[in-house]
Amino acid sequence: MNAPATPVTPKYAAYICSGCGIGDAMKIGQLENIAKKEGKMAIVKSHPFLCNAEGVQTIKDDIANEQVTHVCVAACSRRAKTEAFQFDGVAMSRANLREGVLWVVAAGKEHDEVRQEMAADYVRMGCAEVKKMKQPAGNLKEASSKRVLVVGGGMSGMTAALEIAETGYEVVLVEKTGALGGMAANLWKRQPFKSPYAAAQEVGVGETAARIAANPLIKVHLNSTIAETSGAPGRFAVKVAQESGAISEESVGAIVQATGFTTYDIAKLPELGGGQPNVVDQAGLEGLAKQANGGAIKRADGKDVKSVVFVQCAGQRDTTGQHLSYCSGHCCGTSIKQAMYFKDQNPDIDTVVMYQDLRVPGMGEDFYRSAQERGVIFTKGKASKVSGGDSCNVTFKDLILDEENTIAADLVVLATGQVPNAGVDLEAWNPVVTAAEGGDEAAKAQRIVMHGSSVLKLNYRQGPDMPQFKHGFADSHFICFPYETRRTGIYAAGPVRRPMDMLQATDDATGAALKAIQAVENAAVGRAAHPRSGDLSFPTARLEGCTQCKRCTVECPFGAIDEDEKRFPKFNEERCRRCGTCMGACPVRVISFENYSVDTVGSQVKAVEIPEEDEEKPRILVLACENDAYPALDMAGLARMSYSAWVRVIPVRCLGSVNTIWITDALNSGYDGVMMMGCKKGDEYQCHFVKGSELAHYRMSKIGDTLKQMGLEPERVVTQEVAITDNARVVKLINDYVAELDKLGPSPMKGFG
Amino acid sequence: MTTANQMAVERYRNNFLKEVEANVEEGHMVKMCMQCGVCAGSCPLGPHWTHSPQKIFMMIRAGKRDEVLGSDSMFMCTSCYNCMVRCPRQLPITHIMHGLANYAHRLGLAPKGQPTRDFATLFWNNAIKKGRVNELMLTLRHYFRNGLVSGIKEALGMQSVGLGLFMAKRLNPMEIFGGHGVKDLKGFHAIIAKAKEIEDRKKGFTA
Ligand code: SF4
Ligand code: SF4
Ligand code: SF4
Ligand code: SF4
Repeated sequence: MNAPATPVTPKYAAYICSGCGIGDAMKIGQLENIAKKEGKMAIVKSHPFLCNAEGVQTIKDDIANEQVTHVCVAACSRRAKTEAFQFDGVAMSRANLREGVLWVVAAGKEHDEVRQEMAADYVRMGCAEVKKMKQPAGNLKEASSKRVLVVGGGMSGMTAALEIAETGYEVVLVEKTGALGGMAANLWKRQPFKSPYAAAQEVGVGETAARIAANPLIKVHLNSTIAETSGAPGRFAVKVAQESGAISEESVGAIVQATGFTTYDIAKLPELGGGQPNVVDQAGLEGLAKQANGGAIKRADGKDVKSVVFVQCAGQRDTTGQHLSYCSGHCCGTSIKQAMYFKDQNPDIDTVVMYQDLRVPGMGEDFYRSAQERGVIFTKGKASKVSGGDSCNVTFKDLILDEENTIAADLVVLATGQVPNAGVDLEAWNPVVTAAEGGDEAAKAQRIVMHGSSVLKLNYRQGPDMPQFKHGFADSHFICFPYETRRTGIYAAGPVRRPMDMLQATDDATGAALKAIQAVENAAVGRAAHPRSGDLSFPTARLEGCTQCKRCTVECPFGAIDEDEKRFPKFNEERCRRCGTCMGACPVRVISFENYSVDTVGSQVKAVEIPEEDEEKPRILVLACENDAYPALDMAGLARMSYSAWVRVIPVRCLGSVNTIWITDALNSGYDGVMMMGCKKGDEYQCHFVKGSELAHYRMSKIGDTLKQMGLEPERVVTQEVAITDNARVVKLINDYVAELDKLGPSPMKGFG
Repeated sequence: MTTANQMAVERYRNNFLKEVEANVEEGHMVKMCMQCGVCAGSCPLGPHWTHSPQKIFMMIRAGKRDEVLGSDSMFMCTSCYNCMVRCPRQLPITHIMHGLANYAHRLGLAPKGQPTRDFATLFWNNAIKKGRVNELMLTLRHYFRNGLVSGIKEALGMQSVGLGLFMAKRLNPMEIFGGHGVKDLKGFHAIIAKAKEIEDRKKGFTA
């Protein structure tokens, strides 16, 4: 295990690279002096090609022979040459002289001075940062469980269980009914998932269930639900309750939630004949087809079906706000499949699929064509009314011929949508809990009912299930990893997280299975999960200073922080994603990571030399999210776009980790402005930590008062949303801001710092 | 005629499509249309006729027999093949349009006085008479289709063209007396009669 004991006496060293043209554009000797005198580095060396074997060896030798414990590499961006500059057991900072200075400061003699100043500041910052860093030892826990709990025994759950078990990990599979198979078990056939995608295929539930039964690594609990889940990745304790009430305890390292969907209630669609005889939903038709067992499909009243109309988007893609507003994605394909049930049995049966837009993802286009070849009629129209009865009438608007029409049919099938089984909506839960805790009796009763409908019954302070996404689907980080949720080590797979067909669900389950395996492995060695996968640092709080304000507990996007008996924050490191949002939130600044803290960034802010007002050299602090904004800045450099040399950029883990003190410190010491660059926030967020960027925007919206007290204009602090592809835009943002600040004039705080 | 016509659709759905599949050239491809509208947007004649190919195909599937067979659209097709090369479903649209025109014509349901249809009839009758086209007669018949006065007017309007063709030996005034036929005129007529017989049989026009 790589849990190095940090030597007692720290020894700092700085290595400056003059390769890639850095040495031609900057005075390396002066940078060395700065590292030595101002940075107080014990060893300072420069090298013409630091990332080559010889350069790297120089550093390694110093670590081995000179007991160097802290290394500042002043060369390229921290995102470059990461393999070369990797030294186990020592803390390291990177001063970005290449992408951050050489490539972005305009070329030419007249820029020599500002270029050198910028480089000098980055060396100062790198030295200052590394001195505040500690090499994280990891958060090793004894006896971490590598088993995975899969909740839900439908197609997604079964697939996840098999994928995990076949990789060699133990699985506990919990299914609430008496048999595996879920929705899939009720299907006659499934949409094709293999070439040539022309005909429906066997569902294979029985075969899959048999594989599960035969796999010794999978333990199945039927007729069971979750009574309680506590703990964190690597050490979840799960109480599994049987129908009888008997409880068994399972310890697992990660959880896959594959609780699927329920069909939208057809009774909510009376205008389309919901509830009338001979009007069924797609699930109902599967039932009739199963009964027919390959023979003629009969209606409930026993009559042969000679004509059938499929009404697509029934109660879906609804704009009136009454029904589902989304598209369930599978139902066009499902109707195509079901129309073929009829045509294959008897080509003379009239089958009409009435659609507004036929949506057949994947290889569905081939399937669609195959149905057309079999004579299924596709009519582009919108049904407005269905009358059930012995002969149903479908009134519709023909969208091609632009006229009202009616078709008669023996049977009408409504393509209704998927409603996720995601458990308790935390947004509804939280007010109920608050009211219940305030003594409200009705709320107490409701809390019990709501808790009963929870899937996971997490005992987290954030609520019993994972947060829900739009339309009640389980959380999903759709930008980075779709199965990723805000509950670390708990992954959502299948239609519970977004509507989908069976093929997508099994793919999804496979992805979630791999994420779960990654989670148990990371937890076992105390490493972070996505997106800082492999990070060994974790936050700790100096509780002596904590005022119990609860901001960290509330703002942590991942529910990692509980409260202990004394109401102090209790960090569950395994749930933590290392975003630093808690650190940014803490008003008394007691939360820090070994290698990322209020001090590691604060000392960089202070290390920058602020020129006197009459020098007319403004200084602007840019705090850039290291996931998107910082790479965009690097890319701008790579494309040799130049931006103002007045800026000093510090990468941060997430804008959520920005503590206001950095900003007030910067302004107090005479910076002219502070610009923050983070990911997109809101519903369509791109923030890797989901809420970090949003929280930062919120916090900055409150900074106005502080600025006023300091006698500063609100424009001195700005927050921007930046995507990783925005390399040209970041340049413009910076240059525009510099121009704006120029109009504002120098900060009045200069000289007081 | 009416025998075939009486086969008419009484129901809304499949039957007319089946009729088209059985009787119209490439009719079996109509069901493969996915209603994307690319053909409708591609046709240079688009603004000048009632129904685009997309609509015609939808109407066939909707069983609108009278409207389809009475439509002027198929007769307006200039065989530019624009639609056909663009159709993502590779329907032989142009061929289907001609097939429909032919079928409607044979059933006697095609629109009366539709100029392209009339001209085509004129052309056919002229051509099979002698086995080759008598251009002079074709032109004159065409000019005088609406009577003497308008015929003279139209002919005078084209006077200079006619003169040019005559000078270039492209127009023979002697053709007014019937022109010359193919060598074995009888044999030719027998071929045409046989072909008609086969086609009638195939398409169910013989009683
Ligand atoms: S998949 Fe088809 S039927 Fe289902 S909601 Fe989407 S468009 Fe409508
Ligand atoms: S806010 Fe981020 S760093 Fe802090 S405990 Fe939560 S996940 Fe971890
Ligand atoms: S282009 Fe082809 S598929 Fe599209 S509407 Fe026309 S015939 Fe149909
Ligand atoms: S071939 Fe006929 S129908 Fe097709 S685009 Fe040309 S004119 Fe229109």
